[in-house]
Amino acid sequence: MDWQIFGVWLAAFMTLGIISFLYKDNVFYKAAEAIFIGISAGYWFIVFFWDSMVGKFYVQAIESPEPEHHVWVGLILGILMLARLSNKVGWIARWPLAFVVGATAGLYMMMFFVSNAMVQVQSTIMPLWETGDGWFTVFNNIVIIIGVTCGLVYFFFSKKHEGAFGVAAKIGIWFLMVTFGASFGYTVMSRMSLMLGRLDFLFGTWLEMIP
Amino acid sequence: MTNIGLYFSIGIIVIGLLAILRYSLKGKDIDRRIIFLFMFITVASSLLFKMEFPEKPTLIVKKVFNKIENLPEGSRILISFDFDPAMKPEVMPMANAFVRHCMVKKHKLYIMTLWATGQALMLESIEEVLKPEFPDAVYGEDYTSLGFKAGGVGVLNVIITDFRKMYATDEHGTPLDEIPLFAEVTSAKDMDLILPIGGGAPGPKEWILFVGDPGKVPIAPGLAAVVAPLIYPYYPKQAIGLLGGVKGAAEYESELLRNYDQFKDMDTPALSMMGPQTMAHIVIIAFIIIGNITYFRKRRMNDNA
Repeated sequence: MDWQIFGVWLAAFMTLGIISFLYKDNVFYKAAEAIFIGISAGYWFIVFFWDSMVGKFYVQAIESPEPEHHVWVGLILGILMLARLSNKVGWIARWPLAFVVGATAGLYMMMFFVSNAMVQVQSTIMPLWETGDGWFTVFNNIVIIIGVTCGLVYFFFSKKHEGAFGVAAKIGIWFLMVTFGASFGYTVMSRMSLMLGRLDFLFGTWLEMIP
Repeated sequence: MTNIGLYFSIGIIVIGLLAILRYSLKGKDIDRRIIFLFMFITVASSLLFKMEFPEKPTLIVKKVFNKIENLPEGSRILISFDFDPAMKPEVMPMANAFVRHCMVKKHKLYIMTLWATGQALMLESIEEVLKPEFPDAVYGEDYTSLGFKAGGVGVLNVIITDFRKMYATDEHGTPLDEIPLFAEVTSAKDMDLILPIGGGAPGPKEWILFVGDPGKVPIAPGLAAVVAPLIYPYYPKQAIGLLGGVKGAAEYESELLRNYDQFKDMDTPALSMMGPQTMAHIVIIAFIIIGNITYFRKRRMNDNA
């Protein structure tokens, strides 16, 4: 039996099973969905077992001639996480969870502050025109400054949006709408690409209809 | 024959859209499955009959191309395959285009992934593009692969100071100290350019936050379209350029074709996808127009009543 062909047919069946949901919920969709979830969970489990348990813990803490003992802390915290499975000692799982939340928040806090606040502000406060700039760059700079200013005005709710302030807020809304529209457009393109990928597989790889 | 099929499909789509307009003007609701069927016919016909449009790179894509083009031979470029099979259709073309461009310019390539599901796709690019098209490239001297490492941003946070603290070996179990490409590389700061490709977390955004900004390393992300608007604000200061979705990939492919004769027969999946993409977008715009015509007509009728 040619396993390559079997794999292609299986993938085609799964694809059609998932797509069939567009018509209505059915047993083929449910089967494909369940198989996908099961295989995903199994795949991730095996990958993380070999990468983290073996690659990080066993190799570094046990097999290495110079064992790194701090890796044991990770193992213990990992085991404590499993306490969630018990009603009696489930509360112990909060400790490793607190560690994860704290470490992640700490990691992100500084990076976000620097990259998403400081550098972004720096990028916005810029000269409208510099020697050598083309008219398009100048136009872009003006749009950025108007967009940022009016966008901020729209989110300033301590003053009633009327008069010049109201006009600025309205321009801010327009900028937001254009942003949402662009974002939606990109999302459509992204989803279409996924559909194209599957149709390319069905018509090309499976049915061999695309030259 | 191909053109006849294409015109026939376009004819069916146009007639169908007019029929939907007429149906909705009568005040009847359109079943959502009709919309799905329409999208299917549109995309499938453009795909089967090979509808293609010429692409011209925009400035934001051109900057990425020029960066790789103008780096001196032997520059160190890191590509991170941070995506899964679901994202593959739109970001794999840009990954392959980056690999081709880096290799033809004789840059040193460092390949890795922060996603477990990216491992197989990374290997696919090496086995199906890098090795067959550049048979003289030597593993360890011209390119190397670090494979997948769990930890997400934790990995980035470590490699910005020292690769060896996170990767004792490469993907094949060879210690980094025995790989010539790592002889003068300590951390990600030693890279001349980083090309993170993906659309989730950890992904291009994390590369900018945890490596690009603190390490002052130029970053040029290749993005799934759905996250592209979120990364645009980082351009041009924190990202030197970017490729947004399949359109960005198509522009990059066209630029490769324009500049390198040796790639004239290469597979161009992104360029091939732009025809169906364009048709699908036209049909969506038509649906929006039909919806609005119906809405305003209904509103006028209600006002008159």
